[in-house]
Amino acid sequence: MSGHTVEEIRQETRKYWVVFLALIALTVVTVAVSYLDLSPGMAVFVALLIACFKGGLVAGVFMHLISEKQAIYAILLLTVVFFVVLMIGPVFGRWGSTGLG
Amino acid sequence: MQIPYNVDARPDTGLYNAKLGVWLFLASEVMLFGALFSSYVLLRTGDPNFMTIPHEIAEHLGAQDGALWSGQLNVPLAFLNTLVLIFSSVTMVMSWASLKLKDFGKFKLWMGLTNLCALGFMVIKAIEYSSKFSHDLFPSSGNFLAVYFTMTGLHALHVIGGLIVNGYLWGPGSKMWKTEPERFTNRVEVAGLYWHFVDLVWIFLFPSLYLL
Repeated sequence: MSGHTVEEIRQETRKYWVVFLALIALTVVTVAVSYLDLSPGMAVFVALLIACFKGGLVAGVFMHLISEKQAIYAILLLTVVFFVVLMIGPVFGRWGSTGLG
Repeated sequence: MQIPYNVDARPDTGLYNAKLGVWLFLASEVMLFGALFSSYVLLRTGDPNFMTIPHEIAEHLGAQDGALWSGQLNVPLAFLNTLVLIFSSVTMVMSWASLKLKDFGKFKLWMGLTNLCALGFMVIKAIEYSSKFSHDLFPSSGNFLAVYFTMTGLHALHVIGGLIVNGYLWGPGSKMWKTEPERFTNRVEVAGLYWHFVDLVWIFLFPSLYLL
């Protein structure tokens, strides 16, 4: 994020505080949901869904990813691909150990 | 000698060099923490006893037989730490915005608060760890605790790293504002990118280890 007018920066700072409040509220929701009697699968899904949303807010607004340059998107695209491979690894590991692979 | 592209953007990337560099570094950090999360998922789904406290340790702790490790973690303290880190993220980005608005005094205030939050996070973490150690709970006590100490310990090391960099930018490093204000603003921006990443990792660590 570069080259802004003073008014644009002032608008941005208002956005930062809105996101801050949203992150606090979502953290409270995360803890509250953990006390509900959800199935293990649903509990993981809801907790990670909220965490992804919070992560998106931090990356998009605080790290200015919403308005970044192509070069950074290219780096992150590669990162996402490798990250997905890392997270799929355990699934294949499970298949192998249970004879499903 | 003038180092090129530490203020102006390179024509080919559209970014000043430090920003491209820090994003490449953060990409490698995603892989580092990604590998640990991946191992955690593999261990947790692969071992049916991963979350269960062994009989002899449960007896020592006064916990019921078959109690889970997650019940031994301090959720209120971790919740407080989450709030502290989120607040530090907003103070960090406000310190950068203050420099963009040419308000050095506000920068000092927001960056100082960021550093206080980082210190606060470490104090809370130390209280949490010392409570575990006082109950003879160590990384060697079980696979879950090994994962817990590895992931939260590595994250805490990142907080310490951020505190050192942000402390420098708040203190002696801030002299650059008088001579090269734009370059200093860029330094604060890239330090902020790292700091937000540290916050982002904790956003995933907190539910994964403490709540699930």
